[in-house]
Amino acid sequence: MSRIFVAGLGAVSPAGWNVAALREALNRGEPLPVQSLARPGWEKTLPARLVPNPAVRPEFLAHPRLRRTSPITHYTAAVALEAITALRTNPDAKNCRLGIVVCLQSGCVQYSCRFYDETLKNPATASPLIFPETVYAAPASHVAALLENVVLAYSLVGDPSAYLQGIALGAQWLEANRVDACLVIGAEETNWITADALWHLDRPAIAAAGAGALCLSRDARLSAGVELNTITDAHTYSVRHDRPQAARAMRAQLGSSVELLCDGVGNNPRSDAAELGAWSDWNGPRISPKRILGEGLMAAAAWQCVAACDAVATERFSAASVSLVGPNQQAIGARFVRDDSGISHLSDGASTGNIQP
Amino acid sequence: MLFPNSTSPQSPPRVVVTGAGIVTALGIGWKPNAEGFRTGKVAFRPVSQFDVSRQRVKIAAEVDLPKNLPATRLSRRQVARLDRAGAMLVLAAQEAWQQAGWESAENLPLVLGTTAGGMLLGEAYYRQAVQHPRRHRQQATRAIHYQPQVQARTVFDALGFSGPVTVISNACASGSNAIGHAWDLILSGQAERVVAGGYDALGELVFSGFDSLQALSPTICRPFDARRDGLALGEGAAVVMLETVDHARRRGAAILGELIGYGTSIDQHHLTQPHPQGSTTLAVMKQACAIAGVTPEEIDYVNAHGTGTVLNDSSEAFAISEWAGRRAATLPVSSTKASIGHLLGGAGAVEAVVCLMALGEQWLPPEIEFETPDPACKFTVVSKPQDARVNMALSNSFGFGGVNATLILRRWS
Repeated sequence: MSRIFVAGLGAVSPAGWNVAALREALNRGEPLPVQSLARPGWEKTLPARLVPNPAVRPEFLAHPRLRRTSPITHYTAAVALEAITALRTNPDAKNCRLGIVVCLQSGCVQYSCRFYDETLKNPATASPLIFPETVYAAPASHVAALLENVVLAYSLVGDPSAYLQGIALGAQWLEANRVDACLVIGAEETNWITADALWHLDRPAIAAAGAGALCLSRDARLSAGVELNTITDAHTYSVRHDRPQAARAMRAQLGSSVELLCDGVGNNPRSDAAELGAWSDWNGPRISPKRILGEGLMAAAAWQCVAACDAVATERFSAASVSLVGPNQQAIGARFVRDDSGISHLSDGASTGNIQP
Repeated sequence: MLFPNSTSPQSPPRVVVTGAGIVTALGIGWKPNAEGFRTGKVAFRPVSQFDVSRQRVKIAAEVDLPKNLPATRLSRRQVARLDRAGAMLVLAAQEAWQQAGWESAENLPLVLGTTAGGMLLGEAYYRQAVQHPRRHRQQATRAIHYQPQVQARTVFDALGFSGPVTVISNACASGSNAIGHAWDLILSGQAERVVAGGYDALGELVFSGFDSLQALSPTICRPFDARRDGLALGEGAAVVMLETVDHARRRGAAILGELIGYGTSIDQHHLTQPHPQGSTTLAVMKQACAIAGVTPEEIDYVNAHGTGTVLNDSSEAFAISEWAGRRAATLPVSSTKASIGHLLGGAGAVEAVVCLMALGEQWLPPEIEFETPDPACKFTVVSKPQDARVNMALSNSFGFGGVNATLILRRWS
């Protein structure tokens, strides 16, 4: 069995375009402001937390492949580049074979809605430039073209718990020596239809967009001071194994050695009940990114993992656990621990902040 | 635990297929499909599922679903909620499950490939939201059941098993990647058996998308023909049951074939166009052969991705010709998309089952409409029904976004 290290982190969220902005928002502990999305044909607006425009136009948008891409690809590219910042300047990572796993739940909704709308109005004028951007695999493809040294790329679809399956897949590729480093990205964009679907399914939730990334490596010299310790089994929901049972099974597998909990709890007592129940005995420090940033679906799962790794990398905690109790697939947990053999390059501006015990 | 994986086998096990289910426009189940592929039957007809009156192209290979699905463990309510994609998936899974003779189980992984999942429900959601914004009836149900992981769980409920679900959406390579990933799970010791497959239903958005790209053939889908002018869309599903040979032998299972090689990588040339010389395709075919420990001389049949578009087929023809070398002159190649169209996320899985049919029944699936080979084809395109000795078959799948995947299957004797 290989040791798997976290070599870098990336985040785009309603708080901004990097991990530092995510960290600052989570430390502050105050829910970010909510914007309103207009819904066609209905005076009622829908709440959302959108990603602010970047202060400076990202350089990667000049890449020919990224000219016509939708926001989800922009977020994916930004977190990928941030997560491999150290890798790119590390001589040990020269000629590194990179894998990419992009995890999505809602996916490329903006262009899908736009293209389908054009189809309904008149298919003869529906834009061929938009259609290819509707596929789940588009963000992974664009990022592979941007980074160039990508040899393997999968797009996984599922509920947010699938992000940890993505990390397990990246670890599997590393262990099988198919790649030297692997970016695992969770990304979502949002629009009125995503917010509308959330309104139907989880009324208190506030739709959010963004992405998060972990760069994994087997090479301890590339470690950012964090090591992947455990990913539990995927406790799938079924007629014989309901969501609360699955959440408790995940909790049991994570054990009692939790120092910091990064959970997926939002603002809906009903949908949060299974996860809250599983962790009802936990009184220690806890980060709940969705309460601050909104329901970012797969991006929110990635933010949880980024927050956990960041807390360990910046030496605020020596270990952090992630709890993902998805709405309709499975419950999975993970634990990240301090790797003292590595050199942290993630500690800029970190403080203990407003993590809630 | 998903990590660390403490169950790595000392030597990788051999992986066999003990069940296969298939749904295409040729029919539901192995028998009508085998007969159709063996004879090169063409299944295209005018699209009836949605309005194509304003589209450039008006045909596709639609599946005739039965009015009532065969009995499963699904409740009437669950059956009523299935869209076409979900229904085809359940039908294929049920056939494969029964053929393999597997019993109910916990912790049995399910790996599926799809490009659109329940997109038909997504389309219905959008239409109602826009056309009747104050009507909310069924919208919550659509929002849940359009998600592919929910469709995957329907397979659990239908057949009485459960386990981790992985949904791979690498565009049109998804089905092959799903089977390849399932193979990886067994090789790495994470599972002794896995259910894997791919599925996609014909939908208005996707049909319109390919039509807008002018990728659909206004005439006939003729992969590798010099006069080819585009692809034709189809729909369907295929599911295979993979298990270690030891597991299959212990229970005395009938074995349909052995999966011996899988290669995958990504072509960074363009979002929708392959590299003109098929460099990634070549690399992936070589990768699969190296893993399988076979040479092109040992491959008896190639089921090509062969969409029928000018760019795909010339690129793939270059790659196959280069990979096969001297073997190309006698290498039989065909694309079964000539019969059933392009099944997108279902294509790779369906074509793997076609390879199992060819291996098991010893014939080559022809492209009946093929006449004039593209100059890049140094190989023989199978254009007439023929019996043949088929010991090993290779199947290619490529997707929008550039993911390429190759599977190699061997006859079990």
